[in-house]
Amino acid sequence: MNTLKNALETSKFIITAESGPPKGTDVNEMIHCVSLLKGKVDAVNVTDNQSSVMRLGSLGASKLILDQGLDPIYQLTCRDRNRLAIQSDLLSAWVLGIRNVLALTGDHPQAGDHKQAKPVFDIESVQLLQVINTLNRGTDMNGNQLKGKTAFVTGATVTPEADPIEPQLLKFEKKVKAGAQFFQTQAVYDTKKMEEFMKTARQFQVKIIAGILLLKSAKMARFLNKFVPGIRVTEDLINELEKSEKPLETGIQIAARQINELRSICDGVHIMAIGMEDKVPMILERSGI
Amino acid sequence: MIITKQKPFQEILKSLEGETNIFLVGCSVCADECQTGGECATKELIETLKAEGKNVTGFAVINSPCHVLVTKKDLKPHREFIDKSDSILVTACGAGAQSVSEVIEKPVRPAVDTLFLGNVERHGHFYEHCSMCGECVIAFTDGICPITNCAKGLLNGPCGGMNKGKCEISTEDRPVDCAWVLIYERLKKLNHLDKFKNIQPAKNYSKHLKPDRLILERKK
Repeated sequence: MNTLKNALETSKFIITAESGPPKGTDVNEMIHCVSLLKGKVDAVNVTDNQSSVMRLGSLGASKLILDQGLDPIYQLTCRDRNRLAIQSDLLSAWVLGIRNVLALTGDHPQAGDHKQAKPVFDIESVQLLQVINTLNRGTDMNGNQLKGKTAFVTGATVTPEADPIEPQLLKFEKKVKAGAQFFQTQAVYDTKKMEEFMKTARQFQVKIIAGILLLKSAKMARFLNKFVPGIRVTEDLINELEKSEKPLETGIQIAARQINELRSICDGVHIMAIGMEDKVPMILERSGI
Repeated sequence: MIITKQKPFQEILKSLEGETNIFLVGCSVCADECQTGGECATKELIETLKAEGKNVTGFAVINSPCHVLVTKKDLKPHREFIDKSDSILVTACGAGAQSVSEVIEKPVRPAVDTLFLGNVERHGHFYEHCSMCGECVIAFTDGICPITNCAKGLLNGPCGGMNKGKCEISTEDRPVDCAWVLIYERLKKLNHLDKFKNIQPAKNYSKHLKPDRLILERKK
């Protein structure tokens, strides 16, 4: 089950989607949504207590997705675990058959439903990438020998529309230096901005997978612009959604159009449907991929 | 300076439940600046306690109650009143309160919450810029602490939560600048952007074990 690794090694346009584990133990819906993606995507990201809201863990959910015959990208944040727990969870992931890790710093607990929690951040995304590559070489981060090593494919994130962009680009370079093999970006709505970012990215031997976030309404687009860092839905798109009688349908068209445009710009797309994973096959179909 | 804030009065009263005779200890240094434990604030608290039916046996505002020997010496003249008290209510920081518990065998009650090591930007405006982490890193940022000024204490640049130069936890009521944007601007201005590019290793938290201590060797 190495579909992501295989895709990264070829010039294939990479398709990834996202699955958010439920808040609770009922995984039926998650499994149903994921099963619809089988054969249509190269990998499925599994979010880790996304937005600092406590849910089913990304390690357990990644294993369930693997059991469904899909290649999971295990998202691992530094918010909830110190360096012992992180390394230990990575070893657990490896023995369970998980092969891809997306290294994230994680949202602050203030964003979520347990604001009283102690934020950990013992290490952060750049250091986490180094740690994963250290485990891949057969030692822990203190140089102690492992009995059996890992061989994870390591990914990271970047925000092509961050404002200001310069510190973000410097951090991107650090992530490359720390061993990231692929990047999944924050949602991009302005392909010109993506082209701009690719000028920096193309200096490095890494794959760039652009984020596509399915817009469901003009209201949602405005909410994203107001509250989600690094996301800028253009006024043209907001107008298009506003005028539409079937905004979700229009959102699907927009996503499909964007995928088509991005084909010649970057190495793949990462589709975030947030609760509408069942629409991913339709988006892909309409994009003509 | 150690920044303190008075606890809600009801919380103070609750901690004094069943105790009638109260002696107060304040601080004329940090807690005075914070208007929590100087003479003025301590006297104000005494009046409020009296209105609630408490018998205040006396008070002492000490110059640096964090200094155990000073606390011991300054409380000596008040021994008689302290002995008659059910508990000691301290309007100084947590260090001051524990100097008191080290030298007086009476229950100690905190009247304030100790918040942080703060810079005084102007009278009554306190900001945290140092977390006393045990191993100062501001050489690589040309003088801005990422451990403290970044909500996540990141060492290698801004996270994806940065928005127009503001931190992910920034709100209209409580604006917070992104420390890494500030660091970027400073390094750029001082022509040191190359420092940004070096990957900083994970911090060594064993440099600051709790409870920490420092004992200077005597100079011969």
